[in-house]
Formats: sequence, C-alpha cells, structure tokens
Amino acid sequence: MSVADVAYDIVGREDFSDVTYLLEIREPDLARAARPGQFVIVMSHPEGERVPLTIADFDRDRGTITLVIQAMGKTTREMQAGLRPGSSLYALVGPLGRPSEIGTAKTVVCVGGGLGVAPIYPQARALKERGAYVIGVIGFRNKTLVFWEDKFRAVCDEFIICSDDGSVGIKGLVTDGIKQATAAHPDIDELIAIGPPIMMRGCAEVTRALGIHTVVSLNPIMVDGTGMCGGCRVKVGGRTRFACVDGPEFDAHQVDFDDLMFRLARFKPEEKIALERWQQGCRIESAPSVP
Amino acid sequence: MAKKRTIRSIPQGRTPMVERPAAERARDFAEVTCGYTLDEAVRESERCLFCPDEPCVRGCPVGIDIPGFIRQIGEGDVRGAYDVLTGTTLLPAICGRVCPQETQCEGVCTVGQSLEPVAIGRLERFVGDRAIAEGWSSRPDIEPCAFTVAIVGSGPAGMACAADLAKAGCAVTVFEAFQQPGGVLRYGIPDFRLPNEVVDAEIAKLTRLGITFRCNTVIGRLFTLDQLVGEMGFDAVFIGVGAGAPTFADIPGESLNGVISANELLTRCNLMRAREFPERDTPLGVGRRVAVIGAGNTAMDAMRVCLRLGAEEVLCVYRRSRDEAPARAEELHHAEQEGITFHWLTDPVEILDDGKRGVRGLRCQRMELGEPDASGRRRPVPVPGSEIELECDTVVFAIGTNANPILGQTAKLRLDKRGYIEVDEELATSMQGVFAGGDIVTGAATVIEAMGAGRRAAAAMKRYLGLADPDVPYAPAGDAGLFGFAADQRDHARVRVA
Ligand SMILES: Cc1cc2nc3c(=O)[nH]c(=O)nc-3n(C[C@H](O)[C@H](O)[C@H](O)COP(=O)(O)OP(=O)(O)OC[C@H]3O[C@@H](n4cnc5c(N)ncnc54)[C@H](O)[C@@H]3O)c2cc1C
Ligand SMILES: Cc1cc2nc3c(=O)[nH]c(=O)nc-3n(C[C@H](O)[C@H](O)[C@H](O)COP(=O)(O)OP(=O)(O)OC[C@H]3O[C@@H](n4cnc5c(N)ncnc54)[C@H](O)[C@@H]3O)c2cc1C
Ligand code: SF4
Ligand code: SF4
Ligand code: FES
Repeated sequence: MSVADVAYDIVGREDFSDVTYLLEIREPDLARAARPGQFVIVMSHPEGERVPLTIADFDRDRGTITLVIQAMGKTTREMQAGLRPGSSLYALVGPLGRPSEIGTAKTVVCVGGGLGVAPIYPQARALKERGAYVIGVIGFRNKTLVFWEDKFRAVCDEFIICSDDGSVGIKGLVTDGIKQATAAHPDIDELIAIGPPIMMRGCAEVTRALGIHTVVSLNPIMVDGTGMCGGCRVKVGGRTRFACVDGPEFDAHQVDFDDLMFRLARFKPEEKIALERWQQGCRIESAPSVP
Repeated sequence: MAKKRTIRSIPQGRTPMVERPAAERARDFAEVTCGYTLDEAVRESERCLFCPDEPCVRGCPVGIDIPGFIRQIGEGDVRGAYDVLTGTTLLPAICGRVCPQETQCEGVCTVGQSLEPVAIGRLERFVGDRAIAEGWSSRPDIEPCAFTVAIVGSGPAGMACAADLAKAGCAVTVFEAFQQPGGVLRYGIPDFRLPNEVVDAEIAKLTRLGITFRCNTVIGRLFTLDQLVGEMGFDAVFIGVGAGAPTFADIPGESLNGVISANELLTRCNLMRAREFPERDTPLGVGRRVAVIGAGNTAMDAMRVCLRLGAEEVLCVYRRSRDEAPARAEELHHAEQEGITFHWLTDPVEILDDGKRGVRGLRCQRMELGEPDASGRRRPVPVPGSEIELECDTVVFAIGTNANPILGQTAKLRLDKRGYIEVDEELATSMQGVFAGGDIVTGAATVIEAMGAGRRAAAAMKRYLGLADPDVPYAPAGDAGLFGFAADQRDHARVRVA
C-alpha cells in the first residue's frame, strides 16, 4: 500500500530507574503541532495495543517529541525492553486532546506525582514563559525514582520536592508540599496536578477547602483518542465527558475520581494474562539455547 | 433476441445464495454468505424484466444502471457488467453486500410486486467479487493536472471523492486518523459480513490511481484545515470524517465496567483484532450474557460479534417493534437464525450494579406502539407497571452516533445545531475550497449514500478548480474544429498511461 512514508524513529532514550524511561521520537510535524497538555497514542508494532502517553516535551528545532513512560503492564514493559535509538514505532498519532489553557493566573502551583512530573513540565515551562510565578511541587516514593529535578527546577520560581520515605526533600506526600506552598502564598490563583488518580484526588481535596481553582489531567483507558469509542468517558460535574476530546484536563473539583479509578480496573484480568504470558515468553527467549 | 420476458415467463423463485449453516458460522468470523457462481448469476439475471421506466434505478441512491449491468451478466459478459457498474459506483463488491437493498433498489423492483424482487445486490456483489479476483479496474489513463487535493477521512465518502479526483489528474492525499484506512468498512462492519480482503482490494485500487494515504493523522490536531488550504498548499479539501461519536442513553449505571459502546466493541474486535487476544495485545472485555441496546446494523453487528466471541446468550433490547428495526432485513434475519434473543418493545431504564462496579442486569420497561411520530414510525409509549429485569454482565449501546467534535473545535466551519457540517447544494462548506459529505453532513446514513456524496463533492470540486468533467464532452470556446474533430467526438478521458 502506498502509505506516505512517515517514519516514527526513536532518536533518544534515557532510563531514569528500573521502571521509568524516556523516549525521544522524531516526527517534525508532531513536534510543531504539540501544545502543553496534549498526548499521543502509540502502537509499538502492528499486533500491539494503542497506548496513550502524554507529550512530556517537544523540540521544534530538532523535530522531536519526548515521552516519559512507566513500565506497568505488558505493552509498556515490552517497549522498555525493545525500543532504543535505531528502532521505530509502528504508529504514532497526535497531538490529541485539548491543549492546556495557560490562562492568566499570576501565581500557579504545578504538582507532579511520580511519573506525572513529566507531563506537568511543559505546562510549568509555558506558564513561566508567560511570566507567571511558578511553584513546583513534585513527589516521588523515594530518591532513586527522582528524575528531571534540575530541568523542572529551572522553570520554577520556587521548588518543593517530597518523598514518601524522606530520602529526598520533605518527608510526605505532595499534598504536604502543597500545604507548605499555600501557607507561604495566600495569593495562589491556580493549581495544576498530574499523577496517579489517588494523588490528584488528594490535591483536589486540599484546594477545595482553600477555594483554589484546580486542574487535573485524567488518564482513563482509551482506544482511538478521537472521540469515537466512548471508552474514555469520565464523570465531570455529573455529566459524561470523553476525556480524549473534551479533556484530558478538567476542573478537579468536578471530577468523580472513584468512577475513574473503578473504570481503570476494567481489564485487570486481561492485563494480568497479557503480562504473565509476555514474561513467560521472555524467559523462554532468554533461556540458554540447547545445542 | 428471445421473446420478451414477462412476469410469468421468468424464473419465479429468487436464485438462492449459499449460506453457511447458522450453527457453524455463528462461532467464527468467516463470511456468512458465499456469493453467486456465474451460473447462478446468469440464472438470476434472467429474472429482470428490463422495465422501460427502470424503477430500480430511481431506488438506488446513486442511480446505477441496473438493467444495463444485469443485461451484461445475462450475456455472460461479466467484465462488461463491471464497466457499467463502475460508471456509477466505485465499490460494487461492498455495496452489493451492505446496501439495505430492500428499502432501495430491490424495494421498488417491478418483479417484487408479485414475486421476490430481482437480487440486484447479490448480482452486484458477484460482479464486484469477480473484478477483485481478476484484478480488473476501470482505470482511465490519467493526465496529471496541477492541482493537489486533501481528503480527510478514508471511509466510503473519502474513498469515492479521492478516486474521482485522482482520475481527473489531481494529486490526492487521504488523511486518516486510524492506523489503517477504510473508515466504518474497516473498524465497524465485521469480517463475516464484509471481509477485510474486500476493503483491502478497494484501497489497493485507489493506491494504483496514485492516491497517497497518510494514516495516523488527525486533521484538526496534527494539521488544521487552515494549514491544509494555507501553508500546505492544497487547492481543495474534502471532509468525510463520518459521524463517529457514540451516544449513551443517559440512564443510571452507564459508567459501570461492562457497559460499552458498539463502536468501542467493534473497533477493538475488528480493527485492533481483540478477538485474537492474547495473541494480539488489545483486550475485549465482553462477558457471557450480553445485552445490546438498539436494532440497527450496528446493533446487529455488535450482537453477532459477541456470539462469535463465545457469549452464551446475546439479547437484543429495542424499544420499538421488529417492523421498525432499522437494520438491513438480511442482517436481522441472520441474527435470528444465529440465535439472538430479541426483546422488542423493551426500553432500558437502568443498568444494575453487581456490587463490584460491574453489570448484573438491565432493568427495562415494556412499551407499546402509540401514534406515528415525525419520522412516520409509531411512537413507543411505556406500559405502566411493566418493568422487567434482564440478567446480563455486559451492556452494549448501539443507539446511534453524533458528529465528531474535533474539526468543529479547531476550524471556523459552520455547523448545524447538532454539530454536523453545513454545506450548500454543491457540498461546499463555509470555508473556501473546503467541501464535505457523508455521515458528517447527513448524520449516520449508508455506505452508498456516503459514496454518492463523495462523488458529488468530487464533481463540485472539479468545477471549483475549473477542471473539465471527463464525463461531459468539453468544448472550449473557439476551437470547435481543432484537428478536424467536432467537440463531442473528442475523447477527453483519454490520456497517458502511468
Ligand atoms: C491521556 C493519557 C496520558 C497518559 N500518559 C502517560 C505517560 O505519559 N506515561 C505513562 O507511563 N503512562 C501514561 N498513561 C497511562 C498509560 O497509557 C498506561 O499505563 C498504559 O496504557 C499501560 O499499558 P500496559 O499494557 O503496559 O499495562 P496494562 O497492564 O495494560 O495496564 C496498566 C494500567 O494502565 C491502564 N491502561 C491500560 N490500557 C490503557 C489504555 N489503552 N489507555 C489508558 N490506560 C490504560 C490500566 O488502568 C491499568 O491499570 C496515560 C494515559 C492516558 C489516558
Ligand atoms: C457497525 C456499522 C455497521 C454498518 N452497516 C451498514 C450496512 O450494512 N449498510 C450500509 O449501507 N451502511 C452501514 N453502516 C453505515 C455506514 O457504514 C456509514 O454510513 C458510512 O461508512 C459513512 O461513510 P463516511 O465516509 O461518511 O464515514 P466513515 O466510514 O465513518 O469514515 C470516516 C473516517 O474518517 C476518519 N476520521 C474521523 N475524523 C478524522 C479526522 N479529524 N482526521 C482524519 N481522519 C478522521 C475516521 O477514522 C474514519 O476512518 C454501518 C455503520 C456502522 C458503524
Ligand atoms: S448500490 Fe445499493 S441501492 Fe444501488 S443498485 Fe447497488 S445494491 Fe442497489
Ligand atoms: S425494476 Fe427489477 S425487473 Fe425492472 S429493470 Fe429493475 S431490476 Fe429489472
Ligand atoms: S478514546 Fe475513544 S472516545 Fe476517547
């Protein structure tokens, strides 16, 4: 088939820990179109699944986008095992979702939990470029998982890092970091939080009491990312919204996080089967071959 | 020529088409019907009366010369029949399979007034399949012109528009959001009704016309319409993005796990091949007892897919009666044969929680038919105190679609109040040089109507670009006698072999 030759070549990779890795992919049109808050859908091979991943960075001069991925289940581990500079993706579509509204808020807190540090970064940078006073709050389970600290720090006027075990920064959750920030700055206009649903819910609860407008980026299960399957539906303000076209960012105080978390567990049995089957395959392949 | 045919002299019964037995086919994805052989096709062609007033032609949304192609089959000239068909349709193997013939061409066939109508769809499919098997194409030699055209969406509307413009010499690029082209033909209609090879063959024909497909490209996101007509330099654009956004009924329990849209189910199954999980990575998540809400083609496809995926029982829940079911007659019939349980006049009011955020059942209300509504169908009204509970673990919504919002969000296109793109009689949108057709203009309709719209738009775009229509003898003012040929004798569809 004469399909236009658009290659999705991996041109960079960095491993932050055993479970988090960065891929830099060359696709100049995508790099040019990408805006903070948007995501892509990736298929690593023709038999693969369509996996949504946030655009963590883009470089228009180099014509690349950056993804930061956490190895969770079969697909993201298989990508971790197989993709490096020189290999390429079978499909890459985006940028999807509505771009973030960089707004007019003067003092903004950008919260990234774990992997969420990556997707919040381009927003923090855009806010900084716009002249806002940016307070970064990032949290990790422990010191070994920390990544992009310097990069993030560089776009923040103030920077708070937290860890569950106290091995870096303040000992506590990002919500503790937020409390510290809000105590010091009663004039905070907006808070943006990206991370696991449970963390985003925690942030929403803290800011609800303080009346701070809060935005979260939701990560429901997706298929097409263009509004045609309804799989990504979330409940916001009592209404059904499709996260891929109406979001992924929503007003945190309106989001039904319980609903999101239950829906994320939709394919638990299948995810387990896929992962176990893949791990078994890996063991067979890596077993010494019998002459 | 033989004696004039009359309703009495023709074969009285329709030539049956071989079908795989329901019990066998309901467990796999191979095609249900097997198509005519040449002998069968010729025999069926003998049932056509060649009516001078050709009611069937008017019944076909694109006006195919039906008696013309049937005559060729009767003469054993399948290639000739193909050439007649492709004068109008580009997708005979597809429309022969999926058109709702009973409400279109066959619904008004004269023979149908006293006997079963001529099997026009089956004959068309026979010719289309033969063309694919033999590798025929009606490729005119193309004289390139200077224009470049972008087509957004690779469903039947986009495919048809692309083909006509490519034949007129334009350099055509089709942008498709998914990783493979074909639109609903690919992700929606399952293989047992429309095998993927048929869609592949049609796409391959388009690529032989020089059309480029650029998949993984969402217009409105990667490129905006403004960019297409601006910096990217496309001289004209056609939008055929379909009406993909699924609707849910807004009843309690809709966000439970186990509640999905037919679009999601079919996309996972057909495009992503989730039915081969875990060989393929995409899971499906369909349970043992599936209730499908709706009774159109999408609903029938969803139900029959679930059966094939191993569901023990599949229920159809529809608030009107069988007579109002919008599905093609053949699909409804096949679904019944395959053992779907139908609950007509039944309206779901709540999806019941199993306590673990999964589905335990569907609470429904019985309905009865009241006065006809605006569409002429009798309006279902609830029967008081008639609630029933149906046991199921999966609920599939197949109750229609809305306009996809992406293009509307990202371009200054005039939309109607339901979000569909507004066009004039030339299928031109409010943006200069941008045309639209198919489901995104009309709302969910049929393959043949979308294809027809694509072709009408192509004709309008040729006029917009100032290209001659190869079907109309073209007489530039002042050179009537060039090379001694009168204008109408000159062959303007002639041209260079690529
Ligand atoms: C808008 C959006 C942005 C995202 N951005 C990132 C990112 O930047 N980095 C990152 O590592 N992850 C991101 N995710 C999550 C990522 O898509 C999933 O982790 C991935 O699909 C898991 O696939 P798997 O086969 O490895 O794991 P699985 O075993 O299949 O699943 C692991 C978990 O991921 C979730 N998941 C599974 N399939 C999907 C799917 N098709 N869509 C969404 N979630 C799914 C499930 O809830 C499950 O709990 C994002 C998700 C969304 C919707
Ligand atoms: C399950 C199902 C069964 C059906 N059965 C029948 C039947 O038996 N007979 C019949 O006549 N009709 C049937 N129909 C209806 C018929 O398929 C549609 O009317 C027809 O396909 C509409 O064609 P289209 O070209 O307008 O759009 P579509 O076929 O919907 O194609 C649109 C394409 O555009 C792509 N797209 C969308 N947005 C963008 C974007 N922004 N950028 C790039 N690409 C984009 C989509 O991915 C898609 O591939 C059925 C429909 C469904 C869903
Ligand atoms: S395209 Fe459809 S309606 Fe027209 S003749 Fe063929 S089957 Fe009949
Ligand atoms: S109406 Fe029926 S019998 Fe008459 S020409 Fe058409 S197909 Fe033949
Ligand atoms: S992912 Fe399919 S509608 Fe959002």
